[in-house]
Amino acid sequence: MNGTIQAPTIEYALLSPMLIVFGAAVIGVLVEAFAPRYLRKSIHVPLTLLALVGAFITTILTALNGLPDKAAAMGAVAVDGPSLFIWGIILVLAFISVLLINDDEQFVAQASAVPGSTDEEEAVRSGFAQTEVYPLALFAVGGMLLFPASNDLLVMFVALEVMSLPLYLLCGLARRRRLLSQEASVKYFLLGAFSSAFFLYGMALVYGYAGSIELKAIADSLSTVTGQDTLLYIGTAMLGVGLLFKIGAAPFQAWKPDVYQGAPTAITALMASTVLVAAFGALLRVFWVALGGLEWNWQPVMWGVAILTMIVGAVLAITQTDIKRMLAYSSVAHGGFLLTGVVAIGTFAQNTQALSAILFYLAAYGFTTVGAFAVVTMVRDAGGEAGHLSRWAGLGKRSPVLAAIFAFFLLAFAGIPLTSGFFGKYAVFAAAVSGGALPLVIVGVVSSAIAAFFYVRVIVLMFFSEPAADGPTIATPTLGTSAVVALAAAATVVLGIFPQPVLDLADQAASALFIR
Amino acid sequence: MQSPVEIVQHSGGVIGVSWLMIALPLLGAAILLLGGRRTDRWGHLLGVAMSLAAFVVAVVSFVEILGLPESERRRGIELYQFIPGVADMGLLIDPLSISFALLITGVGSLIHIYSIGYMSHDPDRRRFFAYLNLFVAAMLLLVLADNYVALFVGWEGVGLASYLLIGFWQFKPTAAAAAKKAFIVNRVGDFGLLIAIFTVWTTFGSVAFGDLSGATVSGAIGSGAASQGTITAIGLLLLLGACGKSAQLPLQSWLLDAMEGPTPVSALIHAATMVTAGVYLVVRSGAFFEAAPTAQLVVTIVGVATLLAGAIIGCAKDDIKKGLAGSTMSQIGYMMLGAGLGPVGYAFAIAHLITHGFFKANMFLGAGSVMHAMNDEVDMRRYGGLFSVMKVTAVTFIIGYLAIIGFPLLSGYFTKDGIIETAMEHNQILGWLAVVGAGITGFYMSRMIFMTFFGKKRWADDAHPHESPSVMTVPLVILSIGSIFLGAFLILDNRFMKFLAPAVGAPEELPAFHFVSTAGLATLALVAVGAAFAWFRYGAAEVPQVAPRGSFLTTFARRDLYGDALNETLFMRPGQWLARIAVFVDNRGIDGLVNGLAATIGGTSGRLRRVQTGYVRSYALSILFGAAVVVGALLYVGNM
Repeated sequence: MNGTIQAPTIEYALLSPMLIVFGAAVIGVLVEAFAPRYLRKSIHVPLTLLALVGAFITTILTALNGLPDKAAAMGAVAVDGPSLFIWGIILVLAFISVLLINDDEQFVAQASAVPGSTDEEEAVRSGFAQTEVYPLALFAVGGMLLFPASNDLLVMFVALEVMSLPLYLLCGLARRRRLLSQEASVKYFLLGAFSSAFFLYGMALVYGYAGSIELKAIADSLSTVTGQDTLLYIGTAMLGVGLLFKIGAAPFQAWKPDVYQGAPTAITALMASTVLVAAFGALLRVFWVALGGLEWNWQPVMWGVAILTMIVGAVLAITQTDIKRMLAYSSVAHGGFLLTGVVAIGTFAQNTQALSAILFYLAAYGFTTVGAFAVVTMVRDAGGEAGHLSRWAGLGKRSPVLAAIFAFFLLAFAGIPLTSGFFGKYAVFAAAVSGGALPLVIVGVVSSAIAAFFYVRVIVLMFFSEPAADGPTIATPTLGTSAVVALAAAATVVLGIFPQPVLDLADQAASALFIR
Repeated sequence: MQSPVEIVQHSGGVIGVSWLMIALPLLGAAILLLGGRRTDRWGHLLGVAMSLAAFVVAVVSFVEILGLPESERRRGIELYQFIPGVADMGLLIDPLSISFALLITGVGSLIHIYSIGYMSHDPDRRRFFAYLNLFVAAMLLLVLADNYVALFVGWEGVGLASYLLIGFWQFKPTAAAAAKKAFIVNRVGDFGLLIAIFTVWTTFGSVAFGDLSGATVSGAIGSGAASQGTITAIGLLLLLGACGKSAQLPLQSWLLDAMEGPTPVSALIHAATMVTAGVYLVVRSGAFFEAAPTAQLVVTIVGVATLLAGAIIGCAKDDIKKGLAGSTMSQIGYMMLGAGLGPVGYAFAIAHLITHGFFKANMFLGAGSVMHAMNDEVDMRRYGGLFSVMKVTAVTFIIGYLAIIGFPLLSGYFTKDGIIETAMEHNQILGWLAVVGAGITGFYMSRMIFMTFFGKKRWADDAHPHESPSVMTVPLVILSIGSIFLGAFLILDNRFMKFLAPAVGAPEELPAFHFVSTAGLATLALVAVGAAFAWFRYGAAEVPQVAPRGSFLTTFARRDLYGDALNETLFMRPGQWLARIAVFVDNRGIDGLVNGLAATIGGTSGRLRRVQTGYVRSYALSILFGAAVVVGALLYVGNM
């Protein structure tokens, strides 16, 4: 009826994980506004952790209660098997990353102070801390939860921005080498905005074609609308560019090394693990749910992107001299491996296998990544973290346990059996082979071999080189940091030796596939 | 013909936790190796305790098996899935594997205990026990695994433990060389086993014993899924693996050198357990051998050839341990012969394996006791007249001796005779050769007894022999009791054959044991002749302290039938040449290629890296460019 607005129905229970995270973030802002400075951190840390745990528990409860067969919130948010699995991974990884964030050495005392100014000195002396980190991280996590679950493009765009904006800020908050950090922040912001524009434009074009922004309606329109194909193809390509940028697929990977290097390492850990998970969730949803009927068109392009991504990631990582930049390129390469799973779309069983493989890979890779960056935070020089690889020489002699754990993470990245990385790769490549993408898998295996070179090189450097006389010190880790390293190592071992429970879980989540 | 029964999945009971048999010694090894010197004081006790604990688990599992109806006596225990359907790990507790488990843990525990005394003066005693525990764990994995892949892990594990223990006194160059030799020769066999496993996997799509029954194999041949040639090849490759581990011709050369290890090691690994793994492999793979008569024939031929070769070598050795090693080769030859004769042979082969485990361990430990008393002298020409000085050692040794030569009613009499009789029914030539082997056994074992315990004392000047402490003699006594009675217990009434039937199958008509038979009497007669000849040469006559030059035949035997010379000319020298050529090709050709490739990638990386300028404008441009390409590509594909 004209003139009356129908109140939308919202399934609060289904959305509760997101609501808890966003609610806690809002409370965090209020804490910033009203709590005295010295109390803030001791409120933020438990609040943030509790919110993440609470959201995780409600996610599990939702999963146990059985899934709805249609999207929630008037068709805006799809709470389905893949969404819940992705939520679970993001929440756990975010929890671990927050433990890592809980280390004052990482963050600037006062972000507004000009680097090197007297203001800065004063802020450091008075022991200020930029506690906004916590609510910002929560907002970002909330956005990540919504991003892969959005069932229409507009919600997805909003989620993308909710996820990205806090991250742009967080990247600029490093305590050491602040100019580098601020540069990273600005770069990330500019390029992120640029890519968002692509996404938005693509959305507009697809709307022009389908007359709707709902994924289901777009999927339906593929068979009914005729004569507007050009609009659809350009729209699809632009949506793809926006999403591939977040994944860091080539040729949209340029921001990754700069941002990963400049950002505070704890934030890098958060980004490298969770954003990848969220972005792959969204990519799969758009390309399988809305554009699944168009697979014959986008698949060849995705092939090209996957091949380029794997090769660029692996080849460029070889000449990196900074550990964080190296890990950034390694993350690019892993994005490429995951894309081989995305192209393996086809029959129902095939989709389930590919989806389950990607989900498992994301979980495995996320844990290892957080662990690796946690180790990076512990190897320090006078000027902060010792990022340059030459400084890592002989670490195995100074601190054998830490070096061994890091070596283990690197082996997991390389995909050596008995680590989680092996099963991730195995599952994704197996799915790609059964999806008919054998050449892609061959490229994948070759780039894995190239990648193994630079992982193993670090191991060789750590264990078979003489330590430098003025080498870096190993910071005594905070309780949080040691917990992060221990958890990540444990996850990498367990997923490498007893992967079956998690594989089963991923299978179960995937067999529900995406709802429409 | 009765076939093996189906495997029943099992849970609960002690069988359900039978993985403890492997886990406990493994844990012991881990504690002792990782704990380092801190565990020196009590390390040996922990080692013994872990071995005994595994023995207890084995005994209780055995009792549980006996309590089950025959059709349910093969129990599968699922432990772990690495990649589902591809590499599942599970245990198979059935009459065959539990018999081995009892032997390994039982005799193993006795040898552990004995070693407390034997190694008491060694500063590295803890490390020794760590390796012993590692060996027990690996050996149990080998026999308890329910598939070929896990068996192979155990197979390599015992190889590693054997290597570590042969070279335990690595400061002796001979020990280090012997360890290396054992490892390398075994590698040849291991490749055979590995290729056999690959072939089984590609042919049948599974490596689990449960999926590879005789019916499956003959079904595959019938349906054309596997050719007869493939099955024969699998059999021969398995046999190659077995030859390496069990020191059968042509891979026998390492066993004699392996005697460089401490004597308890020789007793446990190179006499009682590990070297019999090949026999286990052949029996466990019965499904393939029964479908491949050619492979079976080769097994029997290898068995007979080795039993004769080992016996001949044993005749000429003055080193007491090497004499025993030759005898081990020879006895395993008998087992191999039995294993090549189908289900009837299996039962006798395994029965002989078990009794041999007892009497050979008994004699090896006895030899160790003698060496302990004689300042580690191993040359029998410097022994003599030891009977009066060390009565317990001598009496138990003589019991072992009587058992091995097949003295009526002792263990070896029943089990060896079973093999000979079965062989005789199968093929007269093989049977008679086995009888001849028994005669030679009578000679060289008697020679050993006369040279060691009787005759004149030919001791070194500083030798003051004494009886060993009871921690060493008690295991000897226990083993000698087994050497007396075990054979009769297992063979009479076909007790062991009936027990094994669910695991390996059994003939329709069980053979009856004949106390009086042509082959039996001939064997006894030949043994008596051999022993008498030994008495004239080494009992009644003076034994020179330095070995005389001897005839051509003696030299032939002393040089291990020129096995080493053969290996050196046939394999080592061509191998060295091959290695030199490979190094040349590698340096000039392959390295150039690899380095070139690496340089190309590195160079590409360096050039590509320059694209990463750090300027956000160029990044944005690259994104724009990329987007244009993606759009263009999609349009192109779409309008194709």
